[in-house]
Amino acid sequence: MLAKRIIPCLDVKDGQTVKGTNFVNLRQAGDPVELGRAYSERGADELVFLDITASHEGRKTFASMVERVAATLSIPFTVGGGINELSDVDRMLSAGADKVSVNSAALRRPELIDEITTHYGSQVCVVAIDARQEADGQWQCYVNGGRIPVGKGLFEWAHEAQERGAGEILFTSMNHDGVKTGFANEALRQLADNLTIPIIASGGAGTMEHFRDAFKLGHVDAALAASVFHFGEIEIPELKRYLQAENISVRL
Amino acid sequence: MNVAIVDYNAGNIYSVIHALQRLGVEPVLTDNAELIQKADKVLFPGQGEARQAMQYLRSKGLDQVIRNLQQPILGICIGQQLMCRHSEEGDTACLGIFDVEVKRFQPQRHEDKVPHMGWNSLEIIKNEKLKDKSELFKGFEGGEFVYFVHSFYVPQCPWTIATTDYIQPFSAALHRDNFYATQFHPEKSGSVGEKILRNFLDL
Repeated sequence: MLAKRIIPCLDVKDGQTVKGTNFVNLRQAGDPVELGRAYSERGADELVFLDITASHEGRKTFASMVERVAATLSIPFTVGGGINELSDVDRMLSAGADKVSVNSAALRRPELIDEITTHYGSQVCVVAIDARQEADGQWQCYVNGGRIPVGKGLFEWAHEAQERGAGEILFTSMNHDGVKTGFANEALRQLADNLTIPIIASGGAGTMEHFRDAFKLGHVDAALAASVFHFGEIEIPELKRYLQAENISVRL
Repeated sequence: MNVAIVDYNAGNIYSVIHALQRLGVEPVLTDNAELIQKADKVLFPGQGEARQAMQYLRSKGLDQVIRNLQQPILGICIGQQLMCRHSEEGDTACLGIFDVEVKRFQPQRHEDKVPHMGWNSLEIIKNEKLKDKSELFKGFEGGEFVYFVHSFYVPQCPWTIATTDYIQPFSAALHRDNFYATQFHPEKSGSVGEKILRNFLDL
């Protein structure tokens, strides 16, 4: 049976992971390659490396980090942040990334999704969506790290992304992100039940039960988290054993 | 050991190169017939579209080269599909090493997403032609998880050596004589995948 995926996300700035970590026995705790290897050994199913660097120099550092990750890891990984045009995708795939995630650039110019999937296939294109549920109950998409609303609804945009060839949707609920009270299961379920491509839940993980609920109530294919893994609040092997006991198919 | 990777312009080859390097092998990536014929082992990986891939192979004469290889060759993902007789993808005539038709997944329920993407488990079967488990899965007990990304599949056939269940059981791996193939990506399947590549290199 196809396993539900657990995906740690690493924010990288100038070649170093940004958030702290409780991992011991790492030569360099801030080294994304070492951290990625540690997650892989603990049973992470995939990894996401998000480049949050703004400078040109930092971007080059990130590309060389991607090369080192590709040489080291034997599980799939996605890179995101700063993917604005096809040449950025080409650079990341050439460095050895399996998938790229596009966010703001695709909302500004949706044709980017068509271009990526025509050139490299749907499987490399993860469309990341940051959305907020407004006071009127509607989910609205935001760009620039969730700062600017673009006047497009979450479900409308997710459907368009699928039609343009996206391979997966990575949905982060801004209402839930960082709050650790669980994922946006209702919205996730609406996405999962109405789209034909896999949905990755992001934003809100605080406990192991939250992951269970994302799979059971949100119907998602994968769940992504950062701080609960980085700070050792949830250990991946323990999480997977828990999910298995809850009758959720996981890779052990 | 002299390992050749068939270069036919088919997507992410880097991960296969890296996986072999981690096993201490420095492969040569080539579309040169002679280099491929002289190699001890040949890998035929790739992602991509069947029709374009076959056109490229034919334009380089590599279709005949691959069919006539005597040493162990391992097709991966689209490589496995191209080793079959025909693919529904682009209604494409393929290499015909395995006499079976490649089909597109037809979702039966809403949960059946296409592509089949992620980690799924293997059932290692005693092949009716080999009368036993294939050496490719030496040390395997079944239930091991490997990484898949594909929209087309090879149905179960006389050369199936492992199945995976998605929508229906399909051929996760094939073996006939010196020809081996996996639908999944051993190069992306962690320590399980490394073991499969090691088994192949040890043939």
